[in-house]
Amino acid sequence: MDGAEIILRIKNKFPEFAAISVTRKYPDEVCIKIDPAIFKSTCLVLHKILPSPVMMLFALDQRAESGMFAINCVFVDFKNRQWVIVSMDIPLENPGFESLAKSIYSASLFEREIREMFGIEPKGNPDLRRLNLHDEVCPQGNFPLRKDFQKIQPGNLAEYKFARVEGEGIFEVPVGPVHAGIIGPGHFRFSAAGEPIINLESRLGFTHRGVEKLLEGKSWAQAIELSECVAGDSAFSHSIAFTQALEKIFGLTVDIQTNYTRAVCLELERMYNHANDIGGMATDVGFSFPAAFASVIKEAILQLNERISGSRYLKKVNRLGTTAVSWDENKKKHLLDSLKKIKRDFNELVDILNFSVSFMDRLDAAGVLRKKTAQDLGIVGLAARASGIPTDLRKYFPGVYKEAKFKMAIQESGDVLARYRIRISEFEESCRLIEELAGKIVDQENKIELKFKEGSGLGYAEGWRGPVLYWVKLGADGLIQRCKIVDPSFHNWQGLSYAVLGNIIPDFPLCNKSFDLSYPGNDL
Amino acid sequence: MIRILKNRILKGVLSRQIGPEFSAEIESAGGQLKALIRKKFKRSLHIRQVDTGDCAACLSEIIAANNPIYDLQRFGVNFAASPRHADGLLVTGPVSKNMLAALKKTYDAMPEPKFVITCGDCALDGGIFKDSYYVQGAVKDILPVVLHIPGCPPSPLVIVKALVKFLK
Repeated sequence: MDGAEIILRIKNKFPEFAAISVTRKYPDEVCIKIDPAIFKSTCLVLHKILPSPVMMLFALDQRAESGMFAINCVFVDFKNRQWVIVSMDIPLENPGFESLAKSIYSASLFEREIREMFGIEPKGNPDLRRLNLHDEVCPQGNFPLRKDFQKIQPGNLAEYKFARVEGEGIFEVPVGPVHAGIIGPGHFRFSAAGEPIINLESRLGFTHRGVEKLLEGKSWAQAIELSECVAGDSAFSHSIAFTQALEKIFGLTVDIQTNYTRAVCLELERMYNHANDIGGMATDVGFSFPAAFASVIKEAILQLNERISGSRYLKKVNRLGTTAVSWDENKKKHLLDSLKKIKRDFNELVDILNFSVSFMDRLDAAGVLRKKTAQDLGIVGLAARASGIPTDLRKYFPGVYKEAKFKMAIQESGDVLARYRIRISEFEESCRLIEELAGKIVDQENKIELKFKEGSGLGYAEGWRGPVLYWVKLGADGLIQRCKIVDPSFHNWQGLSYAVLGNIIPDFPLCNKSFDLSYPGNDL
Repeated sequence: MIRILKNRILKGVLSRQIGPEFSAEIESAGGQLKALIRKKFKRSLHIRQVDTGDCAACLSEIIAANNPIYDLQRFGVNFAASPRHADGLLVTGPVSKNMLAALKKTYDAMPEPKFVITCGDCALDGGIFKDSYYVQGAVKDILPVVLHIPGCPPSPLVIVKALVKFLK
């Protein structure tokens, strides 16, 4: 297994293919270095044969070392349980590369991000508007992720250009960034004629805090804490993805007990968020009693989290090679007892909702995201599974989930109802997994021997929204040189824009909640 | 519907998720809050929440403060949908440059008298995001802040207790 197999498969479709180097640093990672001239064709071939959307596409500023920028494009190969990273160097003069966006839509947003953060031009990308650096605030020509960037230089400000729908009877409804409820900031612009939505433009980036730049130059220990604050409702999945990348670089084998504990915490995170979302859907159709009931279930899980780990949101729990959770018989008993109660309450909640015809009617056929659209957009995680795409890192990169015989939930219809049903199945599955895994946990002291190494690696975890990916590069001084974070929300916001088309504006909150995407995770 | 009603009649009101000590703590803090709000605001206190770059944990805790277990509303605290109806502004998160204008506009839209509360470590001075190129800095340098609720994130009970301490 040195990556020869994947090269053969590429050559089958693309005979002129020649790699500069092929390395397999880790069992689950193949890195193919190629010439920029064949970058686009190689990515297209990989996109088709794996098949995989662009999971990550990001640039690196390596001017200090090699005098060039580099671009990495990450695909996932579920069949062979590996990640394929295509990388190329880009010379400094007029930095640019041939855009993938017209052939692989899932690369589109990544390319816009590379352009705004590094000033590397994706040649041929039809949409070059900036994502996170708003034109009203940050002048053009500031490239924060370049190494020589200090602070934002003043310059001309401009206004963002929204895509407009024109014609008789078309009206626009702008919403946000400050919304009526207690939710994150985002601006949505609906174009509608009568009731149905013709176009939705989501403008995000309001919670951009420059996380990736902040991570650079931090020691890995400080960085774990920061990774937990990228998206507070996925704190644990983010920290797992990050520490996993570090563990790969250091060559640290994580013992099975730590993996059990991590899986338990990851599933607890999934459960409280799924309960929250099911309640949110009930709120958004105006069914307040089950919504309140769901929030009680969520609170019970948060309190359980606190009892087990000391933190309601599982922050500062995950550590390099280990976790801060110590188990004893009482704690385990408390976990299993609480779980039983939570499950009973949850079943009651689901009964109430499923027997309410008006509730089910609102969910049925609302916000449909068809399988083809989802595949083209590169939708991941829960939303993809609801549209009939079998994708779950817990299934394909199982680890301890294999012992617990994890079963992936899948639905075909792609509507709000499908996403609701996926959440229910996953909640129940999570309960079962925790019960199964908690039985195997024994209380033991875990000592880790850390050997520092420099290098780069990809960490991943299936959070409750979908795969959370961290690509980390550590320097010889032990500081982070580059860390690229991809939260599933980054892929899936696009899905929402397509799912709402043809729905009425009052159904937008429902469609939105059925995806429940993260603002801070997207904006970084 | 009949199922739900039958269930409710047979089971009655259940408060199984909270232990008696925890319940007493909420009730005592909440009772004080209610009395203080009655005294200072006559009937109720309306708060408008603005997220200026929060990681969503603080948001989640503010939502949790409204769940049936804490139920801030019964103590007279209501989260308003519009700044025009609000007495106080609750800011969470470090101030991202993109949210600066929206934050100021929201504050300007509030009727006088008004006050600003910050919630969570990031809102105090940028917290963990303090050194970022895209974080404006402390909310208190932008708006007059009268109360800070510390924590990452502050739990609902901490929020209630901080409000009590402030109103005293």
